[in-house]
Amino acid sequence: MTIPLSWYLIVAAVLFCIGIYGVLARRNAVGILMGVELMLNAVNINLVAFWRYLNPTDVAGQAFALFVLVVAAAEAVVGLALIISVYRNRTDIDAENINLLKQ
Amino acid sequence: MDQQTLIYFVWLIPLLPLLAFFTIMLFTRKHDRLSHTIAIGAIAISFVLAQIVFWNAVAQGGSHAAEPAAAVESSTEAPSATAEHSAETPAAAEGEHAAAEGEHGYPAYVESHIPWLPQGLNTLNMGVLVDPLTAAMLFMVPIACFMIIFYSVGYSNFNKKRDPHDQPGFPPHKGREPMYGRFFAFLSLFAGAMLTLVVADNLLLLFIGWEIMGLCSYLLIGFWYARTYPDRNKITPRGAAVKAFMTTRVADVFMLLGIAFLYSSTGTLSFTEIFTQEMTSQLAAVLFLGIPAAQVIYMLLFIGTIGKSAQFPLHTWLPDAMEGPTPVSAMIHAAAMVSAGVYMVIRMFPILGGTVPRGELVTFTPMIIIGTFTALFSATIAFTQRDVKKVLAYSTISQLGFMISALGMGAWVAALFHLITHAFFKALLFMGSGSIIHGVEHGMHATEHGHDDHAAAPAHAEAAPDDHGHGHDDADPQEPDMDPQDMFNMGGLRKKMPVTFWTFLIGGLSLAGFPIFFAGFWSKDEILGHAFHYPQFQIVFWVLVFTAFLTAFYTMRQISLTFFGQPRTEAAGHAHESHWTMIAPLVILAVFAIIAGFVGVKADMPGLGLIFNGPFAKYGTPFEHFVEPVLATTIEIEVLSFDWTPLLIASTAGVLGLALGWWVYGRRPLAAGQPDPLEVKMGGLYVVLKNKYYIDEIYNYVFVQPARRFAVWMGDVFDRKGIDGVLHGIADGALRLSLAFRSFDTKVVNGGADGFAASIKAAGHWLRDIQTGRVQNYLLLALVSVVLLIALYITLFS
Repeated sequence: MTIPLSWYLIVAAVLFCIGIYGVLARRNAVGILMGVELMLNAVNINLVAFWRYLNPTDVAGQAFALFVLVVAAAEAVVGLALIISVYRNRTDIDAENINLLKQ
Repeated sequence: MDQQTLIYFVWLIPLLPLLAFFTIMLFTRKHDRLSHTIAIGAIAISFVLAQIVFWNAVAQGGSHAAEPAAAVESSTEAPSATAEHSAETPAAAEGEHAAAEGEHGYPAYVESHIPWLPQGLNTLNMGVLVDPLTAAMLFMVPIACFMIIFYSVGYSNFNKKRDPHDQPGFPPHKGREPMYGRFFAFLSLFAGAMLTLVVADNLLLLFIGWEIMGLCSYLLIGFWYARTYPDRNKITPRGAAVKAFMTTRVADVFMLLGIAFLYSSTGTLSFTEIFTQEMTSQLAAVLFLGIPAAQVIYMLLFIGTIGKSAQFPLHTWLPDAMEGPTPVSAMIHAAAMVSAGVYMVIRMFPILGGTVPRGELVTFTPMIIIGTFTALFSATIAFTQRDVKKVLAYSTISQLGFMISALGMGAWVAALFHLITHAFFKALLFMGSGSIIHGVEHGMHATEHGHDDHAAAPAHAEAAPDDHGHGHDDADPQEPDMDPQDMFNMGGLRKKMPVTFWTFLIGGLSLAGFPIFFAGFWSKDEILGHAFHYPQFQIVFWVLVFTAFLTAFYTMRQISLTFFGQPRTEAAGHAHESHWTMIAPLVILAVFAIIAGFVGVKADMPGLGLIFNGPFAKYGTPFEHFVEPVLATTIEIEVLSFDWTPLLIASTAGVLGLALGWWVYGRRPLAAGQPDPLEVKMGGLYVVLKNKYYIDEIYNYVFVQPARRFAVWMGDVFDRKGIDGVLHGIADGALRLSLAFRSFDTKVVNGGADGFAASIKAAGHWLRDIQTGRVQNYLLLALVSVVLLIALYITLFS
């Protein structure tokens, strides 16, 4: 018995929703960053699944996934650097308090 | 003499003095000796060249009489076309060419022109032409100019040091003329302009010289521009300069009209092209308002002469021009200005050739009337004047009247002859009067030094604190109390200034027409002889004889008052002879004032005719034979045979006038302060004459005052109320309009823009509330929006 495509998609959707929840609800900036990583990985699952089930002769899906991984790594680097910088300035990384734009 | 060389000489004659003017004005004005050397050198070379040209013309003129068509003509494209051109125009070949033109070829000895102003099909040429008329003038003008410029060295006190009290614009008192170099520059320009006019081969170049002379007369009459007189009615040099310039300008406008008319009817202004039989008959055939175009043109040109040669009614500037330095008066009266006026009408006379059938006498009535009237009119004024130079000024006007009248009667040769002799003796008389004035002024300074040093104090010293406060305040301290030009302040100068006396006497007798020995007699006699010969000129003849009588009378009056008797003032008693640079020109001109007349002796006069004409001539005068070919192409002149009657009448009139003058003024010399005997006898008439028939006052009342009132009215009413009113109205309207625009701008444009900005601001303010500054809020909003958009998409498109 083969596992249908929809299962992968459901797992990815769940993962994405967890990520969104994390981004929107977490106060800790590191948590928000982790939520973003989850969303990116959900996208990766989708990309690989669609490639495998719909167009296996072409490597575009895998290549895309690899690109996303690189971007995610870079994003994590920049994001963490920002968070460290904010922490050094304010000794706090609570997203609720980082509202300099409004002030 | 090589033809090409002659052409260069003729070009150089006017150019040298003009170059001297520019050199002095631009470079050497500060160096007195250098300046006058340049000026005198230039005119001296011009004089020598002119003599060469003249004697060449005389030599050629001899062959001319034998073969009328032996005119030598040559034209160059440019004066710089030198060697190869002269090689291909040998005189012999040119002679043949001229002979081929037939017997009406114009008698030009030298002709050369360059294209100057191309305009469409025609080209205005600038060039030189030497025909017998020009040659005769080239004998007279350079020598007179040369003498005058040379004389100016002494007149401007070159022998003295500059005096720090002498200021530019005032006559020098004790030292050298402050603007010495400038004076010579102007005189050079004057001479150059006159020579340009004389050698010009077309009317336009003649007019250019004419106008430059107008400018020079303005500059030189007003040379002492700062001078003022205590008597406010006396005209100042500045006023006289403006008057001379304005008066001649009025006439010049008419002359320019005449030139334009001539050009439009013939298409050329070149003398040799106009003075042909075809051209003159064509000019006479065309009618303008029922009058032949030739006469209209000639009348317009003649009006130019009325202004330039100071004929009635435009004569008033000439006596006032005496305000200038005396060499200038001589220049204006003898060598240049007024001679130019007569020369121009003499030059243009052939255009009348077509108005009568060939062989008949060509006359021009307006000239007879104006000339004769002016001659008599100014002679009557002359014998009441007290100023030594004013007498000469009016005598000039009178003699010019003789010439104009003669020309009007068709006595072309006589008019030209009188022009030339008059130039010699009038230049002599003027320079003599300058010498007299110089001597009397010197006497004045001598007497002032004797007892009153203060009177000669200069202006700036006068302005300093002065304990001697006296009645000098209203008078210009530069101006002495005594008038050194008033003949009633002179007397007895014969012994003090012997050379001046003898030369002045020769000039005076020449002017008076004393028989046989003096040039003025022969030329005047020729005019009178012509008038006598034609019955229609009887009145003119008698008027001119009476004028000649008056001329002799006032000349004797002048000589008696100036030179005879005892000195009437201390200054005249201290007068002494002038510097040799002033005396030498007098002597030279005196020679010419005698000998210049002998070329006008008729061949058929018993005795003298043989002496001056040689055994072969049967009729006419040497002068007549020389200049007559000028008219050959257009007018035939009747050569009058010798007639004793007018000669005797004229001699009698001259001698009688001199005798009467002696009887009134010379027999019992006037004492100091004694009034003019004529004033006592003539009463009211004398006052009228003395005031010059009140012409100046009439002109002042009729022209000057209305012009001034009109100008004031124009200024006050027309300009200030009319034109300014319109302008102010326009400005006012513009102001109102701009105010209206301004309120529109503030309310509508600015209001709209401000309202727009304010509404944006309000919207921004309102939208501010949803900007929390929290990234998570924004993300939530984005999520909700995306979900909503997807929902919308699904509901709409699936």
